[in-house]
Order: sequence, then C-alpha cells, then structure tokens
Amino acid sequence: MKDKSIGDTLLTALAYFVALVMFFPILWMLLTAFKTEQNAFTIDPHFLFVPTLDSFRVALEQGSGYLHYALNSVVSAVVSTLVGLLLAIPAAYAMAFFPTKRTDFTLVWMVSTKFIPAVGVLIPIYLVYKQLGLLDNLAGLTLLFTAMNMPLLVWMVYSYFKDIPKDLVEAADIDGASTLQTMRKVILPLALPGIASAGLLALILAWNESFWSLTMTDHRAATLAVYIASFKSAEGLFWAKMSAASVLTVAPIIVLGWFAQRQMVRGLTFGAVK
Amino acid sequence: MAIVELKDVVKNYGGKGSDAADNAVDSFNLTTKDGEFIVLVGPSGCGKTTTMRMIAGLESISSGSISIDGRDVSQVAPKDRDIAMVFQSYALYPHMSVFENMAFALRLKKIPDAEITSRVQEAAKVLDIAHLLERKPRALSGGQRQRVALGRAIVRQPQVFLMDEPLSNLDAKLRVDTRAEIVKLHRKLGVTTFYVTHDQVEAMTMGQRIVVMLNGKIQQIDTPQRLYEWPANIFVAGFIGTPSMNFLRGRIGVDKRTLTDDHFSLTLTGARGDALATHAGTEAVIGVRPEHLSYLAADDPVNENVLSGIVEVVEPLGSVTMIQVQVGPHRVTAQIESHLTVAMGDAIRLRCRTDKLQVFNATSEQSLLKAPAAA
Ligand SMILES: Nc1ncnc2c1ncn2[C@@H]1O[C@H](COP(=O)(O)OP(=O)(O)OP(=O)(O)O)[C@@H](O)[C@H]1O
Ligand SMILES: [Mg+2]
Repeated sequence: MKDKSIGDTLLTALAYFVALVMFFPILWMLLTAFKTEQNAFTIDPHFLFVPTLDSFRVALEQGSGYLHYALNSVVSAVVSTLVGLLLAIPAAYAMAFFPTKRTDFTLVWMVSTKFIPAVGVLIPIYLVYKQLGLLDNLAGLTLLFTAMNMPLLVWMVYSYFKDIPKDLVEAADIDGASTLQTMRKVILPLALPGIASAGLLALILAWNESFWSLTMTDHRAATLAVYIASFKSAEGLFWAKMSAASVLTVAPIIVLGWFAQRQMVRGLTFGAVK
Repeated sequence: MAIVELKDVVKNYGGKGSDAADNAVDSFNLTTKDGEFIVLVGPSGCGKTTTMRMIAGLESISSGSISIDGRDVSQVAPKDRDIAMVFQSYALYPHMSVFENMAFALRLKKIPDAEITSRVQEAAKVLDIAHLLERKPRALSGGQRQRVALGRAIVRQPQVFLMDEPLSNLDAKLRVDTRAEIVKLHRKLGVTTFYVTHDQVEAMTMGQRIVVMLNGKIQQIDTPQRLYEWPANIFVAGFIGTPSMNFLRGRIGVDKRTLTDDHFSLTLTGARGDALATHAGTEAVIGVRPEHLSYLAADDPVNENVLSGIVEVVEPLGSVTMIQVQVGPHRVTAQIESHLTVAMGDAIRLRCRTDKLQVFNATSEQSLLKAPAAA
C-alpha cells in the first residue's frame, strides 16, 4: 500500500513535469504575443513586462489578410474532414462487418502510406497538381488534406465499428433493414461519439497542417499556417508579431478542443457498447 | 407457420486446403412439420450455430438447398426469408428503448403506427414486459433482456423462429422457468421453431423432435422419448440422459444371447437377444442407464444379470442416491433408492434390467437393435 502511494506520487510529479515541458512553448508564445518586439528579442527572458496589444493590432490590421487565411483554413479543414468521413465510414463499415482475406492487409497498407515522409512525395504531387492547375487552389489543398487524413479516419472509425457486436448488424439484417438503414439506424447512432472524435482529430490535423499549405499554396488558397510564416522576414524584429499570429491561429482550435474534450474522451475510450 | 426443408445442406468454411472432412455441417437433411419445435443439440463446435445461420441466411450454404413452405430460399437474403431470430447475446439495439427494439422491424415494413403500438403492447403483455417498454436494454436484467429479445421476434409474426442458445446467459432457475415459458409460447403461436442448445435436458424438455449432431453430422433425429429408448449409436446414448448411460464392452458368447467378459455376464431375451444372436462371436458394447440398475440385497437369491463390485462414490440427491461402483475394470453409475444405506467400500450387487439394455457394434458404435417404427 505504502509502496504504491510513493509510486503514485512519483508518477504524478512526472506527469506534472511532462505537462509543464509540453505546455511551456505555448505559454511562451502567449507571453511573447503581448510583448513589444524589443522585449521579445532580449536574450534574458522576461516573464514580467507591461503587456501591449500592438502585435495583435498588426496581425489583424486590414492588409494582413487574417480573415482571408482563416476562411481558407476553415473551409479546407471542415470540407476535408466531412469528405473524409463520408468516404471513411463506408470503407470502415465494409472492413469491420464484412471482412475478407485482404482486409487486414488493406488496413496496414493504408497506415503504411503514412510512413512515407511528405517531402518524399512532394515532387510527384506538385507536378501532378501543376498539370491539373490545382496549385494555390483551395479545392486542391482540401483534396490533399482529405487524402492525408484518410488512413487515420478509416482506422479510427474501423476500430469503433469493431467494438459494435456483429450480432447487431445481423439482427438488423434479419429485421429487414437494408445496408443503408442498418448503418443509419443502428451503427451510426452507436458509433457517433467515436466518429465525432475521429472527425475532430482530423479537423485539428488539417487545421494545423503546414507542410502542404506552405508548398502548394501561395496566397489565394493559403491557410493560417502560411499567414504565420509570412511574419518571418529576413530582417527586422518579428517574434512578437509571429506569436500574436500564432495565438490567433491556435485559439479557435483550442476553444473548439476545450468544448469538445468531453466528447473526445468519450470517443477515445469508446467500447462500452454491449 | 411453415414447413422448413433442408436438403443435403453442406457448409464448408473453406480454409486452406479444406475438404469434405472439414465440413462444419455435412449433408444435413431435415423436413419439419408445420409448426414443429425442433431442437438442435450437440457438443460445442458440432455445427448447431452454423446450421441455424444457414437457415437464417446469415451464412451461405456450400451445397444443398433450404426451402420454406416449398419456396427455395437458399439464395434469398435474410430479410426476405420471413424469419425471426433470437440471438444468444440477445443483440438488442442498445440505443433504442424496449418499445423501439420491438417496433424496429415493423417500422421498416412501414406498418401504421397504431398497429405497431398495439402489436408491441400485446407481445409485451404476453411476455410480462409491458412495464419496461420505455427502458433502454442496459437498464434491464438478463432475464428481462431475454424476454425483450423474444418479444422482438414474436411481434414480427414470422414464418419461422430461430433461437440460438437463448437461455445460456441466464441463471439455472430462470433458465428452467423461461424454458417452460418458451414452450408455452410456442404451443400458443404454433410457429415452426428451431432451437439450439448444448444442454440435453433443455433439448429433452422442449423439443418435439431433437436433432443430435456431432462433428457437423446428424447422429439421429427423433422425439425425446425415442432418443432415450432407441439411441442410434453410442454417442447419442451417452449424450442423452443424466447421469450418462454406462457402457460395458464384452464378447457375444457362443450361446449367442449372452455378452460376457471376466467380470460380468448378461443374457438378453426377446428382440434384444435376437439382435445379439446375429452378431455372435464379435465384440459388442452394452449400454445400461443408471436408472435401470437396481440394488440387490446380499441375501437375494437372484444371480442372473447381476453386476457385483465395490462402491466407490456415494452421492445422495435426496429423492434418489447415485452411486459409482467399480466392477472389475468398469466404473458403473447406478441410481438407487435413497433409503438404502450404502457406504464407500461396500461390496454391492446390482441387478440389470435387460429389457432396457442397448447393444452397440464395438467398432462402428452403431446400435444393433432395431427401433420400432415411429408412431
Ligand atoms: N466463421 C467461421 N469460419 C470458419 N470456421 C467456422 C466459422 N464459424 C464456425 N466455424 C467452425 O465450424 C464448426 C461449427 O461451429 P458452430 O459455431 O456451428 O458450432 P456450435 O455447434 O454452434 O458450437 P457451440 O455450442 O460452441 O456454439 C466449428 O468447428 C467452428 O470452428
Ligand atoms: Mg453455437
């Protein structure tokens, strides 16, 4: 009993330490956003300072285009997630309830595509996109996000479906439901928490995505990632402005995550159907 | 109500290099009567569920055909077979109330709301779950869930009921009660029913006819009474009845009507003796049920068809006492009257009712007796 409580204390301390290490950059970004550029640039770190909203003013001013980028981010993240779910749900349904000999292989193959570093496929995709006129095109970027998140979505939805007893599908089958009816009336309501959390994760990943946004877009289809990067200039001070832009970028997703966290936890610990 | 006919039905799940020996179900032939209660029974893995799922259409058949009321349904989707199934897990929809669970199939058939309500309520009344209609399945006890599952099947008013071990998740007492309830329900509705169990007591008490299966093959299809009296082979004989039948292996003597080994000698008369006579000189296995062995007082003059041995185990059950007796190398279970005082280590003599004996070929394990034609 005693040993366990000592172990518990140690574990708790470790958890706090890890949390702090992970949280620190975010805290620093938040602090920096409220500093003046001079203040942000000093070598010795300042925790106490007179906060200013100057950087935010610059980041949000007319010419900065924050709203333009934000809209692109919203559209690409939301649409790619919805399209992704629309494709992933039937795929996962087939694999979970009507597996064939190749199902396991297909699943592994799908994740294995994520083993390839994105730069590895940059050139071919870039060339194809160029031919198709999809460079700096919001639809093109959305398509990339959809493809990028597809393995994750299929895997997650598949595992939620796997937790639903196959008997239920068969019972619905015998009760006279078509595949679509079974999906709509039995499977989806049961897997909804899981599907929602999968969708949320895909949304966050698409929102935070920077590699493809930076390489495949210029201005027209550029997202907030591009907007943040635009504050990085060759000369001059930009830390505070860039931090302010970053805060403006992560804020919506953090707020969303905050509201969805219960849903998220429920979804990620899904499996209590029975 | 319907007549279900299975003709040479075979299921092979077709693993690597599988052949006929791997058939999960092998040439299954059965024609039900209209409204009959058929029980499929057998040890785990013998193919009961597979057979059931083929009738339901959840599993394709490798060959043969299944028809319901003369309509070949072998290639028909489950939803178009007009069957209802009670799953072992009940498979209630967890997100729907009891009412919606029972109404689900009716709603899909676009039956008017008023009729749905009245049908569900009527079924709920029959099953005594009317007060649970608003609850979700998770708020029900095992027995209640079981009845909801039954209710979901009966509101459909299907041609055929399929039930796969519907009682196996219930405790012993509830199982006995529900068993009787299902039988009552069947007599009332008269729907042709297939019922799977691996419990032979359940099979005997419920089935109008019982299909005994082993390794995918039908061993015998018969009424409970005939299974008990005329088992077709050693497996059926040992499977039906508790405690199990005793088997004694011996040689059929030259007098042709006596089966002997060093420790016993049993002489058969009548048809049983005749059956033995046709196999004189070969090895045979005698089957005798514990209830057909009776205690012989030490001073009783009877000494024909007697097994003598040492009592090894005494199990008083209240109404009767089960004893195990070592007769030479054979361990024999006997059921004796409970007022008899028998102790471990006693020498005992048991008299065998030869008119109830079974005789099996020692190699083929098939019965040598000819059962009278079914009534
Ligand atoms: N989907 C499947 N794929 C391959 N083999 C299967 C499959 N389902 C069942 N089998 C095999 O078929 C045989 C019969 O199985 P089945 O489930 O019908 O047995 P059962 O009589 O219902 O047993 P239990 O009393 O344990 O439920 C078994 O050997 C089993 O391993
Ligand atoms: Mg089974």
